Amino acid sequence: MTKRPFLGWFALPSVLIAFGIAASFIAIVQYSLRAYIPGSLDPGGFTLENFTTLWKAVYGQAFVNTVLLCFWTAIFTLLIGYPLAYAMVRAKSAKLRSAILLISLTPLFLGEIVRTYSWIIVLGNRGFVNAALMQTGLIDAPINFMFTMTGVVIALVHFTLPIVVVMLAAALSHIDRNLERAATSLGAGRVRVFATVTLPLSIPGIVAATSTAFAWTFSAFATPQMIGGGKVQTISTLVYQVGFASFNFPLAASLSLVGLLFTIAVLAIFNTGIRRLEKIGGHSQ
Amino acid sequence: MKKSPLDHLLDWSGRILLTLILGFVLLPFIVVLIASFNDSAILSFPPKSWSLRWYANAIEYRDFGKGLVNSLKIAAIGATFAMIAGAGFAYVLNRYEFSLKTLLNSILMSPLIIPNFTIGLGLLILSTAASLPRSIWLVIGVHVIIVLPFVVRSVYVSLQNFERRYEQAAESLGAAPLRVLLTITLPLLVPGLVSGALFAVILSFNEFTASLFVVNQRTQTFPVAMYNYVREYADPTLAAVSVIYVIVVAALLLVVHKFFRLEKVLNVE
Repeated sequence: MTKRPFLGWFALPSVLIAFGIAASFIAIVQYSLRAYIPGSLDPGGFTLENFTTLWKAVYGQAFVNTVLLCFWTAIFTLLIGYPLAYAMVRAKSAKLRSAILLISLTPLFLGEIVRTYSWIIVLGNRGFVNAALMQTGLIDAPINFMFTMTGVVIALVHFTLPIVVVMLAAALSHIDRNLERAATSLGAGRVRVFATVTLPLSIPGIVAATSTAFAWTFSAFATPQMIGGGKVQTISTLVYQVGFASFNFPLAASLSLVGLLFTIAVLAIFNTGIRRLEKIGGHSQ
Repeated sequence: MKKSPLDHLLDWSGRILLTLILGFVLLPFIVVLIASFNDSAILSFPPKSWSLRWYANAIEYRDFGKGLVNSLKIAAIGATFAMIAGAGFAYVLNRYEFSLKTLLNSILMSPLIIPNFTIGLGLLILSTAASLPRSIWLVIGVHVIIVLPFVVRSVYVSLQNFERRYEQAAESLGAAPLRVLLTITLPLLVPGLVSGALFAVILSFNEFTASLFVVNQRTQTFPVAMYNYVREYADPTLAAVSVIYVIVVAALLLVVHKFFRLEKVLNVE
């Protein structure tokens, strides 16, 4: 009898998939170092030209836009998501908790298209918000949300909210309530208990949620593509445009590669942050 | 304890804040529901006349039907492959030490970090370079890669909370490894396997970005068909599709909530 039954058979399918992932990653690295031959899908010889092309203003602007979108989306998602997660975990009535859970999580299981399309109907020039504001006479001309950063951020906040709420709720639900009770019994008011006990204990969860919000926003495509409409270019929309409008796969590959390295760097910073915080707080799971 | 005026203020501002936030979450779906019954092809609030014509159009539009069939096929086949590979890998990961284990694990988990547009582009370039046809199998491959980490995680969590004594008892009574696996391990893992499969199917069915890079006219998925429709037509057909989508998903979630309790599935208790 072998000591490790099934090892080979069980690992085989995943090894094949790992080869597929590794091969496609190598393909991206390879293409990013090859010359672009207009009108051909086959790449030319080796070159570093793709990376020097990325210094052009269009690409720099896409990077700046992406970082700004990630930043604002993370801030607003946290500000909206924290009270929601708090209510979801702490509301006194079980019915209310279930309702909050279902309402805030259903969007997680609706694809990016349904959610983005819905926001187009809300934010468009003839959309709900503008119609409501114009009919009540608050504004004379529609406010432009479409094709602006503001519009994209609103839709992206809605897009990342469910996953952030799940992560914050998980963190809040693992806080030992006895610590809060102790603070209360020593005379601290509700605001003080929250500010000095609950909030600090949930910081690791906040950092983890922020890093996930960042990764989601960074890889979002449909929202900046449909609401930004080419006016708000991000790395994802640019990769698609370069890849499919001019079939410049080498440039698309180098752009995604730089984007990927950037993501890994940012997530690594967040991860170190989380580890440090957990050490300091002795955060119990 | 008697509530102070400050407590009342806090309670009420909390309630108002919660209502506003829930309103923000629900707003797009309420608006899309109203828009879907608007008779005119041009958006207007409130609609001047009502009709069900966009629902009829959504059902008759051929690309949606084709996309739906493709998406269901891809989700079913992709989830099956992901389950086989993911459950096997989770078992191996939980039970054995072997060389390159960490490397294999990091490669398989990397799609959690790599943006979907990069995964799509990578597979597109790979298939172009290898002159593979852009068939439905390419789309399935992309979906397997994307959902695999979620399957591995949910089966792995089940294995971690697993009572090894049942297996040891069966072994000591002389059961062969295969028999232990089939009669003890697998049945005990059913909850983890079910939630893994659920995640795989839902994620695959909703996946849009990576699919957009690798599909063609024939293999386009449901989300890609919806995206193409918005680019070509401005009428509210997609509002009708969205309403149906939301209702089906919400109903499924309610069923899952009844049987498994979402708080438990998502670890927010």
